[in-house]
Amino acid sequence: MDVLLFTFFALVAIVGAVSLVLQKHPISSALSLVSVMVALSVLFLLLGAEFIAAAQLVVYSGAIMVLFVFVIMLLNAGAERESRKAGLAQFLGLPLTAALLVFASYVITQSMSNAKAVKFGAFTGGGPREVGWALFTQYLLPFEVTSILILVAIAGAVVLARKEID
Amino acid sequence: MDFILLSILKTAIAAPVLLGTLAYLVWIERKVLAHVQLRIGPSRVGPHGLLQPIADAIKLLTKEDFIPSYVNKFYYWLAPWLALMFAVTAISVIPIGPIVEVFGIKTNMGQADISIGLLLILGLTGMGVYGIALAGWSSNNKYSLLGGLRSSAQMIAYELPMAMAIASPLLIVNTLNLREIVNAQAGYTFGILPNWNVLGGGLQIFSFLIYLTCAFAETNRIPFDLPEAENELVGGYNTEYSSMKFAAFFMAEYCNIITACSVATTLFLGGWHPIIPNELGGQFIPTLVCLFFAGVLFYHALNPSRPSDRLSMGVIGAVILGLGLMFQVPGVKDLAQPLFWFASKAGFLIFFFIWVRGTVPRFRYDQLMRFAWLFLFPAALLNLLVTAFIVALKSN
Repeated sequence: MDVLLFTFFALVAIVGAVSLVLQKHPISSALSLVSVMVALSVLFLLLGAEFIAAAQLVVYSGAIMVLFVFVIMLLNAGAERESRKAGLAQFLGLPLTAALLVFASYVITQSMSNAKAVKFGAFTGGGPREVGWALFTQYLLPFEVTSILILVAIAGAVVLARKEID
Repeated sequence: MDFILLSILKTAIAAPVLLGTLAYLVWIERKVLAHVQLRIGPSRVGPHGLLQPIADAIKLLTKEDFIPSYVNKFYYWLAPWLALMFAVTAISVIPIGPIVEVFGIKTNMGQADISIGLLLILGLTGMGVYGIALAGWSSNNKYSLLGGLRSSAQMIAYELPMAMAIASPLLIVNTLNLREIVNAQAGYTFGILPNWNVLGGGLQIFSFLIYLTCAFAETNRIPFDLPEAENELVGGYNTEYSSMKFAAFFMAEYCNIITACSVATTLFLGGWHPIIPNELGGQFIPTLVCLFFAGVLFYHALNPSRPSDRLSMGVIGAVILGLGLMFQVPGVKDLAQPLFWFASKAGFLIFFFIWVRGTVPRFRYDQLMRFAWLFLFPAALLNLLVTAFIVALKSN
């Protein structure tokens, strides 16, 4: 069962990611990214990382991507016109991508040759309680530093937006 | 495989009930609104218009599914089903009763019982925006686009205070699992006052009010129904839709109302726990309520204002009387009583939604946004801080 679900949602994620690049219209690209996010959240859920799965759904596909779609709709961006591709990319693009994928999978299989297959429900430390506990004890400093970083980013966004209005 | 079989069985029971509730919610809304405005409401199809939802369903099914030539076909087709799918899925995690034993099988009343229940509801209702936004965009119509844009902006704006209003009772119950949230509200203070979040435990009445206000905005209801403001936008994001696609949006909207009210019930109103402890006669309240309504209906059957009332009122009264007696049958009791309490609490909130629709005028768009960001958001933030402070004081 978990193999079936994993295969299906992994395929959804990959197809979505490819279509994100290939689609001509910004809305189609954004929605492909949404499907990637949703598929990823299901994959997290399959691994037993329940909180991360929910956060992925709420934050990425529920908030950030809605904002993306909203902005695209607001600007009413049309389909992008295809530019002349660079000569090198036209011929070497696909082979080089394939080579990179082969190389990456080779490295991963080599470095983790004795890894065991993950079973559905094998990992149980991913509930909100465990994540919260880890965040506020072991990883407190990185957590706080990240929050300050985000605060600075918010302040920056407000300052920049205000300049636009004046 | 047992789990899968059981889930399919539960879905097979829950899905028709949910769809029936959705259909009759429209009837209830029209009736209540009519009586608020001193009208009769639907009264032609069947006794008291009771067959109106079925007639509506047949009409919507058989209507021509017209697709304008200028729409973006794929997204135009996708949007209503996306909206409906997320709306229906969100309901699956709501527990409508305790863990019960039926025919020797122990199971929870509700579809899924997961540790991230509340977050999943937040995520799925957040995803519901795509349906509306895409519908507005793909219709290639100014009114639809404006409706879609308004809706996305409104949902983003009101999701923040809503999440914060939800977070403060969570600080008290200390879990995200909806079943545990309900169980944390069991019991009574001084043996009479229920331990619901909205009553005791650190001023959660404010969280409840903030949540309810945001729920109005999230479900696009008056006074925040700007995405479909008829007199500005024709019909908003669903202007170009007809037949079943329109019905899908309609159903998604009502489904969202049910979800919002059910979440409010589980979070703040103690879920399926009775308002008076069972030892003090709480278990007889369902029967008494049914007896009261049956009595009223029988009275109207005996003194009919219309000739047809003699039969229709009598039959409905007999059904309600039977329902009332069912609440005391030993085997059925454990199943039916929690269901009654949950349904009556959620039902009261839904009635409140309709009541407000009949009472309050629509906000202007800038008022809507100002209200969200300058009042509701700071209020929710303050509420969360105060609750956190109280919880911290209590734990010391």
